[in-house]
Amino acid sequence: MMSLRVPAPSSFNLQRFNSRALERRWKLGRDCLISFSPSFVENRIGFRVRSTKSEMAPFTAAEEETLPEGLQPELMPKHVAVIMDGNGRWAKNQGLQPWDGHRAGVEALREIVELCGKWGIQVLTVFAFSTDNWIRPKIEVDFLLSLFERTLKSELETLAKNNVRISIIGDSSKLPKSLLQVINEVEEVTKNNTRLQLIVAVGYSGKYDVLQACRGIAQRVKDGEIEVEEIDEGLIEQELETNVTEFPYPDLLIRTSGELRVSNFLLWQLAYTELFFAQELWPDFGRNGFVEALMSFQQRQRRFGGRKS
Amino acid sequence: MGGGGVSQLLEQIHMLSRRCLFRVLSMGPLPIHLAFIMDGNRRFAKKRGLEDGSGHKAGFSALMTMLQYCYELGVKYVTIYAFSIDNFRRKPEEVQSLMDLMLVKIKSLLDKESIVHQYGIRVYFIGNLGLLNKQVRAAAEEVMKATAENSRVVLLVCVAYNSTDEILQAVKRSCADKDVERERERVRLVDIEENMQMSVAPEPDILIRSSGETRLSNFLLWQTGHCQLFSPDALWPEIGLRHLVWAILNFQRSHSYLEKKKKKKQL
Repeated sequence: MMSLRVPAPSSFNLQRFNSRALERRWKLGRDCLISFSPSFVENRIGFRVRSTKSEMAPFTAAEEETLPEGLQPELMPKHVAVIMDGNGRWAKNQGLQPWDGHRAGVEALREIVELCGKWGIQVLTVFAFSTDNWIRPKIEVDFLLSLFERTLKSELETLAKNNVRISIIGDSSKLPKSLLQVINEVEEVTKNNTRLQLIVAVGYSGKYDVLQACRGIAQRVKDGEIEVEEIDEGLIEQELETNVTEFPYPDLLIRTSGELRVSNFLLWQLAYTELFFAQELWPDFGRNGFVEALMSFQQRQRRFGGRKS
Repeated sequence: MGGGGVSQLLEQIHMLSRRCLFRVLSMGPLPIHLAFIMDGNRRFAKKRGLEDGSGHKAGFSALMTMLQYCYELGVKYVTIYAFSIDNFRRKPEEVQSLMDLMLVKIKSLLDKESIVHQYGIRVYFIGNLGLLNKQVRAAAEEVMKATAENSRVVLLVCVAYNSTDEILQAVKRSCADKDVERERERVRLVDIEENMQMSVAPEPDILIRSSGETRLSNFLLWQTGHCQLFSPDALWPEIGLRHLVWAILNFQRSHSYLEKKKKKKQL
């Protein structure tokens, strides 16, 4: 019977992966884990699957200037948001377990983060874990959170080196303490970085964000700091968790796996965002899918309720 | 008489075949609430070489046809985005002509032959009505009062509306609510939702935006969290039965997938 234990931590190889190579690696790791007893894993004498330190090549100036053909630099979005949907289905199609899909998802995310940094996109927001996802099986939730913790720890050095700032938004009250500690550390270490801001939404939903903003404002009214009549849209914007960035409104939202809905991600901030629905599952999205989304974005006419003369 | 007879006959055949089609569709799950962003009227007028105002008039008759199909199908709630707060920024002449058109059309809803009486529609006007001129506002309130007893189907017309404005008003009301200070410690989600103008209807199942643009444009942001979004390329006056049927078929397809997902989670 397939072991349900969370696999031991292993470093990820960043090079653009050949899906078959990745599959081989996981099957190898998975087969080896079957023979491990719980205490063995707990003692963290894990089996390292082709451990190579993950290395994100530093962004070079030359790469930064080369946009793919068809994309215009002046029309690039400042803020891109992504709903990384389809990991579970991808794993099922490949005959793998759901956690293998999530790990493939992390690889795909790394690729997109690299591209954003190279192509001058300033903010990338990703929907990692929604408030609705808490009802998934506990084992999957635990795996996702521990995967997130491990990825943050292992990527901290490279992100810092590449001038990427990380911010985490969402309801942190249900997250395990160890994860919260790592989050604080990562946010502190990268807070002065300027090339790209990566916002990861964990335990987040659009309604939750508006609710917590409303609570903050209600408290200020109670304390006599502001009057109810003074509450305006700008004030709400300031109280939303996306106030960690200068550009809280995404220009483009990409959702993978063909689902045509927003699933309660970034409610207020999506007022004028261009939506792009990609058919591919998230682990397959990659550079090609991203270029297609950007090209679609650049062709759109954004009017914000007015008229193009 | 011959010509009139033939076109009447064709209309009857069309209606009967539509009824058959709707009966087939209703074998599967049907949406309870449909929302429309009626985009592309002016582009339609330009495309056909008509004068500016006629695009909106064509849009209005497309709307009436759509409403008829929706209510025949058995959809209980229909919401339309008639005029956004952002649209006030357009040229004054265009804004004025839209206001004039709206006044005429709102008043016509009170006629005995109008679709409101035909289907027993209850009409709500949702938005910051204080931004409208006195006549349009008075007409809107008259229609709301006159249809308050109707209960078969509901039409929600969003005029002088922005979703962020709706949320802002709800937040303001929640903060002003004295109960919050006295009894409860802090604002709850249900407090905000109760104070939203759109709380008179459930959340939309499908949002259809015409003219191919894929964005929400500050419409029903709070209510479309789990709503299926559909953006056909047709301009609003070109929208027809086939787009509605396609949207519903897609809804039925993903509805069964979502139900399966929900059942899986419960296991």
